[in-house]
Amino acid sequence: MLTTADLDTLLLTCKIAGIATALMLLIGTPLAWWLTRTSSSLKGIINTLVALPLVLPPSVLGFYLLVMMGPAGPVGKLTVWLGLGTLPFTFAGLVVASVLYSLPFVVQPLQASFAGISEQALEAAATLRASPLDTFFSVVMPLAKPGFLSAAILGFAHTVGEFGVVLMVGGNIPDKTRVVSVQIYNHVEALEYSEAHWLAGCLLLFSFSVLLVLYTVLKTQPVAHPLK
Amino acid sequence: MTNMTTIQARFQLDYGDFKLDVDLKLPGTGITVLFGHSGSGKTTLLRCIAGLQRAPQGLLEINGHVWQDSERGLFLPTYKRPLGYVFQEANLFPHLTVRDNLHYGLKRIKQNPGTVKLEQAVKLLGIGHLMERMPERLSGGERQRVAIARALALNPEILLMDEPLASLDFKRKQEILPFLSRLHQQLDIPVLYVTHSQQEVAQLADTLVILEDGRALASGPLSDTQSRLDVPLAQDREAATVWQATVAEHEADYHLTRVAFAGGSLSLPAVDAEISTPLRVQIYARDVSIALEAPTATSILNVLPATITGIADGRDGQAVVQAQVGNQALLAHITRKSALMLGLQIGMAVYVQIKGTSILN
Repeated sequence: MLTTADLDTLLLTCKIAGIATALMLLIGTPLAWWLTRTSSSLKGIINTLVALPLVLPPSVLGFYLLVMMGPAGPVGKLTVWLGLGTLPFTFAGLVVASVLYSLPFVVQPLQASFAGISEQALEAAATLRASPLDTFFSVVMPLAKPGFLSAAILGFAHTVGEFGVVLMVGGNIPDKTRVVSVQIYNHVEALEYSEAHWLAGCLLLFSFSVLLVLYTVLKTQPVAHPLK
Repeated sequence: MTNMTTIQARFQLDYGDFKLDVDLKLPGTGITVLFGHSGSGKTTLLRCIAGLQRAPQGLLEINGHVWQDSERGLFLPTYKRPLGYVFQEANLFPHLTVRDNLHYGLKRIKQNPGTVKLEQAVKLLGIGHLMERMPERLSGGERQRVAIARALALNPEILLMDEPLASLDFKRKQEILPFLSRLHQQLDIPVLYVTHSQQEVAQLADTLVILEDGRALASGPLSDTQSRLDVPLAQDREAATVWQATVAEHEADYHLTRVAFAGGSLSLPAVDAEISTPLRVQIYARDVSIALEAPTATSILNVLPATITGIADGRDGQAVVQAQVGNQALLAHITRKSALMLGLQIGMAVYVQIKGTSILN
C-alpha cells in the first residue's frame, strides 16, 4: 500500500507539475507564437535552446542549473540580491528547473498548432477590425485549442516523470523536493520493492492514461520531438 | 484638393520579379473592376488598399481620408481602416457559427452601426436560415454569401472583393452573381472588385481598370475602356462592349422590347421587366458589321448611325473598329479586306448593324 510519505510525494509532485505547467503555458504561448511567425535570424538559436533539454542528459541540465542558481552563479547572485536566497534544494528552485526541462514539450505542440492556422484567418480578423492582440485571443487561441490541451498534458506529464534534474537541483528533502520518482528510487535503495511497486504502478497508469487521451481523444502526435 | 467622392491610389513596390506601379483615381460610387490575368498585380493592388500589404511608396485616400502616405510615414493598419473585405475563399472563422461570424466585426466597431446593415445584408444575400450553422456545414456558395454579408454588416466606407467567385464552380457562380447585381443596385458605397473573368466584368463593372505586369493599362467607364484599341482586350475573340440601358417600350406583338441608351435605342428580344428598369446589354464585337449607307432592306433590326473613332489591326486578318454610337462606344470586328474596300477612316459617318445582343441582368 501507499504510505503517508508516498502520498506526500505524490501531492508534492502534482503541485510542482501544476505550477510548472501553468508557468510553461504563460511563457510558452508568446514564445511559440513568436517562433511560428518570426522571420528573425534569432529564430534558429531560440528554437535550439528551447529544444535542448530533449537531447541533453537531465543530469547535465541539472548540473548547470545547480551551478547557475548556486550562491556563486549569476542567477544565484541575482536571487540573493533580490532577497530571495538561493534556489537549489528549494521548492521554487525545482519549479524553475522543471519549467526549463519540460518547456519543449509545451512549446512544440503549440508551435505545430499555431503553424496550422492560416494567414488568411488572421487577415480576415484584421479586416473585421480586430487588433493583433484581439485576433490572438479571439481567433488563434480557439483554433489552437487542441494544441493547448496537448501542451498542458505533455508538460504536466513530463514534469511528473523527471528524475535526474530533480536529484541535481532539488535533492531529496521530504515535503519540499522529494517527488515520486525520487521516492521510488529511495524505496528501491532500501529494498522496499512492494512500496516501489505501488508508486511505480501509479506512474505507469498515469503515463498510459495521458498518452491514451492524446492519441484517442485529441488525435495528436504527442511525441513532439524535432529530431525524430 | 480633396474630392469627397474619389479614391486616389498610388502605389509602388518592387519584389524583384514583380513590380507594382499604379496611380489611379477612381470614382467614389459604383463597382470598379480591377481586371487582369494572374500576375498582373490586381490582387496586390487590392491588398495594398486594404493595408494587408504595405507598399513602401504609397498614397491612398478614400473619401477624403488618408489611409497611407509614405512621405509622411503614415500607414493605417488594416484593422483601423473602415473597409469591408471579401476574400477569394470565404475565409469564415471555422470555430464560430454563421451568426457569430456575422457579429465578429460588429462587436469591434467603435461607432457601432447597430444591426440594421447586418439585417439588410442578411436579407439581400438570403442567408437568414443559415444563422446557427457552422461554416463547415455550408456549401461554397453559401459560405461566400455569408462572407459578403459579414463585410457589409460593418457599414464600411468601401467594399473590397478579391475574386469572390473564383473558387466556385459554374453553378455556384450563377447562384451568387444575381446577389452581386442586386448589391450593385442597392449599395451606396464604392466597390473595388478584382477578377480575371470577362463575364464578371460585363455583368458588374461600372468602371474598368485593366492591369498588366503591375501597371494600369487603362482605366475609365466600362464601355470606354472595353473599346480602347490600345488594350489587348479589344483584340480578344470575346471582345465586347456593355451598354447600360433602360427598358423603354414593350412591343408585345413582335415579342420585342425597346431599350434606350444615352443617344439611341435598341430592339431586343422581349424582356420581362417594367418600363425604366435598368439593363446591361452586351454586344460582341464579332456581332457588329459596318455599312457606309443606311441599309434599306435588311433583316437586322438594330442599325444605328455611328462615327468611326479608331481602327486597328486585329488578329488573323481582322480589323478592330471603334465607333461612337450616341454617347456609347462600340467595337466591331470585321475583316481587314472589308475595312479596305469600304475605305474606313477615323471621323467617317457610317451605320453599324448589330446582329445579336445579350442581356446581362
